[in-house]
Amino acid sequence: MSLLFIYFVHLKNVYMQTLKHTGLGLFLLALGSFIALLFLTQYEVSEASLARIRPVLAPDQQAGVLEKLEELKGKTYSFKFSYVAKVKKQIAAYNEEMAARWGLSQEALEEYVQAALQQAQTVEGQLAFTPEGREAVQNLLPEHLRQPALQKTAWMVEAGRRFRSQEDLANNLRREIAYVGSQAAAQKQVAAYQLKDYLFAIVKATSKGIFWRHPYLFFWLIIGLGALGALMYIYPKFFDGLPGIKHNGIFHRSATSVGLVGILTGAFLISFYILLYFYHYYIAEWIALVDPVSQWLRGEDASRWFMYGFLYTVAILVMGVRMFAKYRHSNYHKIRTASVMFFQTAFAFLIPQLLYQLNLPEQDLKNIWPLDYTFFFRIEEFTATQIGTFMLVWGIVLVLVGVPFLTYFFGKRWYCSWVCGCGGLAETLGDPYRQLSSKTLRSWKIERWLIHSVLVFAVLMTGLVLYTYFTQRATLLGLNSYDVRSVYGFAIGSVFAGVIGTGFYPLMGNRMWCRFGCPLAAYLGIVQRFKSRFRITTNGGQCISCGNCSTYCEMGIDVRWYAQRGQNIVRASCVGCGVCAAVCPRGVLALENGPNTGQSRMNEVYGPAFVDAGGEE
Amino acid sequence: MHIVIIGNGIAGISAARNIRKLSDHRITVISAETDHFFSRTALMYIYMGHMKYEHTKPYEDHFWEKNRIGLRRAYVKALDTEGKSLLLDSGERMQYDKLILATGSQPNKFGWPGQDLRAVQGLYSYQDLESMERYSADLQRAVIVGGGLIGIEMAEMFHSRHIPVTFLVREESFWNIVLPPEESAMINREIRANGIDLRLSTELKEILPDENGRARAVLTSKGEEIACQFVGLTAGVHPNIDLVKATSIETDRGILVDEYLQTNVPDVYAIGDCAQLRTPLPGRRGIEAVWYTGKHMGPVVAANVCGRPTPYRQPLWFNSAKFFAIEYQVYGQVGNQVREGEKHLYWEHADGRKSVRIVYDARDGHVLGFNLMGIRYRQQVCEHWLAGRAHIEEVLQQLGAANFDPEFFRQHEAEIVALYNAQNPGRQVRLRQNRGLKGVFSLLGMRA
Ligand SMILES: Cc1cc2nc3c(=O)[nH]c(=O)nc-3n(C[C@H](O)[C@H](O)[C@H](O)COP(=O)(O)OP(=O)(O)OC[C@H]3O[C@@H](n4cnc5c(N)ncnc54)[C@H](O)[C@@H]3O)c2cc1C
Ligand code: SF4
Repeated sequence: MSLLFIYFVHLKNVYMQTLKHTGLGLFLLALGSFIALLFLTQYEVSEASLARIRPVLAPDQQAGVLEKLEELKGKTYSFKFSYVAKVKKQIAAYNEEMAARWGLSQEALEEYVQAALQQAQTVEGQLAFTPEGREAVQNLLPEHLRQPALQKTAWMVEAGRRFRSQEDLANNLRREIAYVGSQAAAQKQVAAYQLKDYLFAIVKATSKGIFWRHPYLFFWLIIGLGALGALMYIYPKFFDGLPGIKHNGIFHRSATSVGLVGILTGAFLISFYILLYFYHYYIAEWIALVDPVSQWLRGEDASRWFMYGFLYTVAILVMGVRMFAKYRHSNYHKIRTASVMFFQTAFAFLIPQLLYQLNLPEQDLKNIWPLDYTFFFRIEEFTATQIGTFMLVWGIVLVLVGVPFLTYFFGKRWYCSWVCGCGGLAETLGDPYRQLSSKTLRSWKIERWLIHSVLVFAVLMTGLVLYTYFTQRATLLGLNSYDVRSVYGFAIGSVFAGVIGTGFYPLMGNRMWCRFGCPLAAYLGIVQRFKSRFRITTNGGQCISCGNCSTYCEMGIDVRWYAQRGQNIVRASCVGCGVCAAVCPRGVLALENGPNTGQSRMNEVYGPAFVDAGGEE
Repeated sequence: MHIVIIGNGIAGISAARNIRKLSDHRITVISAETDHFFSRTALMYIYMGHMKYEHTKPYEDHFWEKNRIGLRRAYVKALDTEGKSLLLDSGERMQYDKLILATGSQPNKFGWPGQDLRAVQGLYSYQDLESMERYSADLQRAVIVGGGLIGIEMAEMFHSRHIPVTFLVREESFWNIVLPPEESAMINREIRANGIDLRLSTELKEILPDENGRARAVLTSKGEEIACQFVGLTAGVHPNIDLVKATSIETDRGILVDEYLQTNVPDVYAIGDCAQLRTPLPGRRGIEAVWYTGKHMGPVVAANVCGRPTPYRQPLWFNSAKFFAIEYQVYGQVGNQVREGEKHLYWEHADGRKSVRIVYDARDGHVLGFNLMGIRYRQQVCEHWLAGRAHIEEVLQQLGAANFDPEFFRQHEAEIVALYNAQNPGRQVRLRQNRGLKGVFSLLGMRA
């Protein structure tokens, strides 16, 4: 009987091990294919591909750019980097032609300036430039520049305007006329902001190869097998011994203790984000991989943001299942994981697609300013429709009422570890890395400076946006509203939130962004710290200072510091993930909402009760 | 004044920190074990890969300098209480004005044949952990001797690395000198469910060496030979008093101290595991070798050396541990059986991994102790009831206030109350208080 039982247990173990290893194999195969995909394309410029590129180009650039691209026809390119370099060169050549045709050459400019100097009149030892003088040299400029040049130099011919010397006049003329020339050329040239999208469209339209012939095959091979493999790898975790904390070996494994595997994972994630944000024309295959889904949900090919949103959602769902296995003894973790899975899938991913199909603003209705830093950029888009107007009001109500109200009752966890997308990824994909956050006092200090600076930056930036919206003026106190937006978008929105926020998961923990950068977390944190019913209660004097709670705090809070003094934990950064309470081997910690005035929330330090034992023995 | 503390464990460090809070005296803490204070209770987690040594240090390394607490890594070889000086292993002499002994414990060895072979050891110090790590490399089986808290931790440690373990326990059920039978049986089940080869009522007779002087097998009291390459000796600890044996400081099992934690020699104090109270409270031991003892004695001895005479009074007994995945908490007096004049209300969950035991006085019904398995109770609330000699039925009505489990966990208090009613015909106690801080505050009379 018991032999039979042991045999079955053994069979089950073998089965689980096989499943796990097969799953890992499939996942690695999918990951390998995903990376290899980038190198499976050849490029060929054909009539058909040019036709696909045309609609992406600005109307007055179409002919010129296509003409340049045609020069690449008749040849197959098999290296992405050299091909992209070629395309870039063709566009640069086009831009040069535009400069030559529409701009002003150095010689022409100089000729004009010298002629104009001849027309200058000496008045009381200074020079004056008259409208008549200007008129006399006007014909030296190409016809399309004459009108703009008149406008640009209007100030120079005002009555009474004097120039100190020939040189002074010449310099002013050079600057103004050169500007007119370069402006005229720029109108025809491919601008920096257009270039990346053009490159992406060109690369994609001219791509050929096995992937492009069999997109569905690769979709299933990579996304399908990848997810399946990951789930097969995760499934045995539901049966790995009795329910309880599963942290054995975390600091022995390379992947979770910044060993080689961890560093490689970090490098991969960082590269992914850099490519996604700044060089998406190099990852056209990855973006096209999800075209089938995008076609189905949006009726168009995938953009890089669609691809990102899709992979993000899949990652949260798959790694959410891992959370169910790992924390199967804890309802708190199961419920909050289900919550982030739901909000990501429905609110962040599906509903926006639906809104897009309905021609409404694509808004993630649970994303809150200032995390959603573009919210106020889009006032016009919102106010164009009634539902859009509702979204605008909803978003403002969330900021002004939702955040303080809910945070008062539940702490910032209601958002950060239950609803938020960044939090959702951190709590699922990032969970294996939570122990890597720094717990030092120094890092806490850096955290406070950094996160509140970002909050201030976000508020000022948004202030400028609103100023521009209401006054229609772009600059205030020398700050250009549009420049400030793009600096914020680049430094905070892309580099901090993406490259560092997620790329550094395996290197510095899973909440880098939430802890050091997120302006919404800063706002929620201020409410939590000063006006909330939430705290982590310390159970009397039970703490044995083991350090599990601090080690596994993803926000880098030194929980033990408080617990060993018998003090409750009230910290702005706590996202209420509840892992400290779960890992504590002595049951010392509990997340609680309760009355919060006076001493009871944070200052109470436990002292032992001294009573006579009264036992008899 | 120069205050020297021997031992940088929880006792010595609690003393040092509190002396600094109270005074500007020069403080030196000496330890032979590690440069910095670390949590001994977390040794197992380092082995299991939950943490690294760094994580077990409760204070960052700059803390000590900032608080002007001098740390000295050295072994104290001898003590001269007349000349008020210490002899360090380097040969250096160190003068003190006041001395606090906080030297902790040592693992017990009972003269088993082979107990000094290689790969035979206890688990107490950081060095023990290092040697366990060394011997783990080629381990096919480990045998652990002694069914107490450290023994089961060691079993869990090897288990975490899939190293088979045979666990020899002298008693007929795990730790039943402390745990009542039902709880003890629950832990037997938990040990076995984790695949540990648990041998109850089995003692170690002899450890057999291989040709290199390393353990290769054990012989048990049942005449069985069990092949193994490591033997863990975890049959309890005793106070580490080697240093004071040659001095005039009085000792029994530990260093004897009065209620001011002073030894018989002026200006010499002892705290923590190594200290033995001359007059413990009735029903309590003079040596309570747990973390909390050192933690509570530290501030008291600090006050005393700083000239504020403060008696040490043993706080209400509490303790906690974790047996594999089952957490254990005890508040007050819970014996390993129903003693005369006591009644026990024992509830166990159907899954056999959770239980609540409430001990109360058979005559007047006041509660005496709580024993929890797999369920967390709130210390302040339990102590409030215990100190106030609350009646069992009053406790049951408010039982939810004691619940300290995480949110969304199933609350079992109603079942416990129902069990009481069923066992006491005619009683109709109703649960009036569920889990939650509001109830706690009103119970404890705390200003919300
Ligand atoms: C593995 C393990 C797990 C435990 N788990 C728990 C638990 O969960 N809960 C609980 O309550 N208790 C637990 N304990 C018991 C608890 O750790 C001890 O009660 C507590 O650490 C004792 O603290 P202490 O400061 O008195 O002595 P120690 O921590 O032992 O410190 C004494 C120090 O003094 C040093 N020393 C001694 N003599 C000399 C000398 N002559 N010269 C220089 N240095 C010297 C020693 O090297 C040591 O570093 C556990 C113990 C162990 C070993
Ligand atoms: S995990 Fe628990 S026992 Fe360990 S330090 Fe934190 S609160 Fe204390």
